[in-house]
Amino acid sequence: MRARVLIRPKAGILDPQGQAVERALPALGFGGVSHVHVGRLVELDVEDPARLPEMCERLLANPLIEDYEILSGEVSAR
Amino acid sequence: MRFGVVRFPGSCDEVDALLAARLVGEAEILWHGDTDLKGVDAVIVPGGFSYGDYLRVGAIARFAPVMGEVERFARHGGLVLGICNGFQVLCEAGLLPGALLPNTSLRFVCRQVDLEVVNADIPWTRACSAGERLSIPAKHTTGRYYAPDPVLDEMEANDQVVLRYAPGSSFNGSARDIAGVCNAAGNVLGLMPHPEHAVDVLTGSVDGLKLIGAAA
Repeated sequence: MRARVLIRPKAGILDPQGQAVERALPALGFGGVSHVHVGRLVELDVEDPARLPEMCERLLANPLIEDYEILSGEVSAR
Repeated sequence: MRFGVVRFPGSCDEVDALLAARLVGEAEILWHGDTDLKGVDAVIVPGGFSYGDYLRVGAIARFAPVMGEVERFARHGGLVLGICNGFQVLCEAGLLPGALLPNTSLRFVCRQVDLEVVNADIPWTRACSAGERLSIPAKHTTGRYYAPDPVLDEMEANDQVVLRYAPGSSFNGSARDIAGVCNAAGNVLGLMPHPEHAVDVLTGSVDGLKLIGAAA
């Protein structure tokens, strides 16, 4: 099964990468943008999606500093 | 005293760590793919970019075969020192609390910093006195120490904050200016600055030997 895992910096932890993007957008004329955060997307084919949470907890994300969201069953392989 | 210095693919400070350790004892390299610590008395997990740090700093190195033995060694009271990337690896492995995030500046910074010794009672700091300043270089992009506030409170109550950046030396946005922390037992120390680069007057300071030599 094709799955996607979205990994985001935890709320409340300073995200300087998001801040840098947020500052850059108005400079290009894109106003009205706020709360920008930059995370990671992991796409994978997985035989047993039930194991995805453990994969996230042990390797794909660091639960102390990152939240993860598993999207599966709705993504087609490229 | 025999030190073992771990070498991962992507390590880059292991030779300096080896040479620094040899100023105070014997030292040899421990290959990441081995599961034999060769009977060493202390382990140094050095700086660099283990396994490229491709996913997240230290995240892949913590699963290296040698790390299982380092974890066992640490949990039985063995002396472990993690420097820079080694500190990141020990945090990912759960041997130390917290995590290292990108510097608030998002920039690689290389500079000499003053560290204040907060806890001088663990094996790695027993040659220092509380409040003493050490001049040691720091060089990293991902050194902003983070732990949730309740964890930081508990660490401070347990004397696990071992080193802080002295006023004027903090540059990476670390919580409570933390530069180095230990585990609850005090045998595992991790720090972002590089004591192995401060072992010769030629490079401006020998304060790093106070930490590495204390274990010897």
